[in-house]
Amino acid sequence: MTAAVVIKYAIELVAVLLLALGIKGLSKVRSARAANQIAAVALALAVLGVLINFLSTSGIDASAWLWIIGGTVVGGLLGAITSQRVPMTAMPETVALFNGCGGMSSLLVALGVALDPLAGSDGEGTGALVAGISIVVSVFVGAITFSGSVVAMGKLQGWLDTPAWMQSKLRHVINIGLAAFSLVAAIALIASGGDQGLWLLVIGSSLLGIGVTLSIGGADMPVVISLLNSYSGVAAAAAGFVVGSQMLIVAGAMVGAAGLILTQVMCNAMNRSLVNVLFGGALGASASAADQGEYQGITSCSAEECALTLETAQRVVFVPGYGLAVAQAQHILREVAELLEAQGIDVAYAIHPVAGRMPGHMNVLLAEADVPYEQLIEMETINPEFPRTDVVIVLGANDVVNPQARNDSTSPLYGMPVLNVEEATTVFVVKRGLSAGYAGIKNSLFERPNTSMVFGDAKKVLSGLAQELRELGVGKAKVG
Amino acid sequence: MNDALSLNDALWVLLLGSLLGLELIGKVPPTLHTPLMSGANAISGITVLAALTLIIKAGSSGNGALMALGAVSLGFALFNVIGGFLVTDRMLAMFSRKPARQKEKR
Repeated sequence: MTAAVVIKYAIELVAVLLLALGIKGLSKVRSARAANQIAAVALALAVLGVLINFLSTSGIDASAWLWIIGGTVVGGLLGAITSQRVPMTAMPETVALFNGCGGMSSLLVALGVALDPLAGSDGEGTGALVAGISIVVSVFVGAITFSGSVVAMGKLQGWLDTPAWMQSKLRHVINIGLAAFSLVAAIALIASGGDQGLWLLVIGSSLLGIGVTLSIGGADMPVVISLLNSYSGVAAAAAGFVVGSQMLIVAGAMVGAAGLILTQVMCNAMNRSLVNVLFGGALGASASAADQGEYQGITSCSAEECALTLETAQRVVFVPGYGLAVAQAQHILREVAELLEAQGIDVAYAIHPVAGRMPGHMNVLLAEADVPYEQLIEMETINPEFPRTDVVIVLGANDVVNPQARNDSTSPLYGMPVLNVEEATTVFVVKRGLSAGYAGIKNSLFERPNTSMVFGDAKKVLSGLAQELRELGVGKAKVG
Repeated sequence: MNDALSLNDALWVLLLGSLLGLELIGKVPPTLHTPLMSGANAISGITVLAALTLIIKAGSSGNGALMALGAVSLGFALFNVIGGFLVTDRMLAMFSRKPARQKEKR
């Protein structure tokens, strides 16, 4: 063993260790940020290890350096710019986009090696069959990750809708057909090694990624993205087999497995099974006619009435939902909360695990608006407190406060843990209209006698509310 | 790689890596689901290593087209890695800033 080989192994070992520490640390609030940086260092070390390994053995051709630098500059710059410019509200689709690109990368590497086997591992230890299988897995999973992520992003951005035929049982036939097609192409590729099988596999698996993702509703998209994230780890591990890199295999396997656990954790938070998410189709499709009927006995009121009620309250709980984020009303919400606090009113924010557009998204959005971390209260903690809460203000949330999830066993939402806001004395629901939420069903909360709708864009309503409160002299003593 | 990776070794590495990944994440507070997903996603851009290997090997055999393909792959992977880590950091920075400020107030 030469010194360079020893150094390479040492670097790789340290990198794997740091990577494990990074993933572990990311699951604790206190260590998360440092852990993310540790993982970044680990990746940098892994790259260094590859470069040292080649520099000490075959050397790196000048033209190769040129392409490396080119790819690095373009990809890195675009990544850096994207990461700084995307709004926090667009986080789910951003993660989907990044993830899809990771899958694409694995796909391209496998393509390259398949087209020119010399570029792969030397094939002494890993025979032709294994080489073929790893190329197939890398292409298949990579393509599904890419096309699936792009569809997920399109759906989250509102560019794509679920076509009607995708809601029918037909989609299972189509998807099974595509899977069978991909399998045949894969066998052809392994058996003959021809390019034809390769291209057919690329096409088949890309279409399969689209077919599987397109039928899944927007509310379940975060779970899908998390699952696709796990896939991209698998694709990376497969690419590790393709080019013969231990580091890649171990890191890919780690992300693949950790991603699977995270997906499971997210499913639990939404009280859905992974199978149901993947094959159940969009929630709205199964909603019965009764769920979509007209609303009756709706009370609505103005910001002024809302302010008058708030003035006399002792404990107020805000329930922020995605509508709040869309209206960019986080900052004005904090202002209203501060006015109330200055008046001595107890203020809290009830955070449903899937508030926003994916688990934890609302915490990020409110943190961005400088809402004190301690005021964000999770569902299990705040639910018993609603009966002694005077006013609840629901801001652009819908399904997560639907009492039918507890009361109505025929509702598609039945069983999902929800915030029991209707137990509070008064509930105000700020919403632009009576349209349905992600789940596409009616919300019986709106018809309750103690519920008043305040129609309007969350930002406008809250600005109005802040103004009314100031006119009433609320919070004048300390805030001004 | 010149010290060829045997299939046996590779499978062991795969197995142990998977087990490690399964053990690493136990209970995650919902607050961290989004950043964790985003961070794990950045790590999956580890395919940079494969892209690099592809470019370098294509370089030593003078295959320009393959190098270009590798460079595109490298670009995609780095977009994932750099974008992923930075965006995760942006999210987490908001969390860590808060308690510190609260302490200052008191």
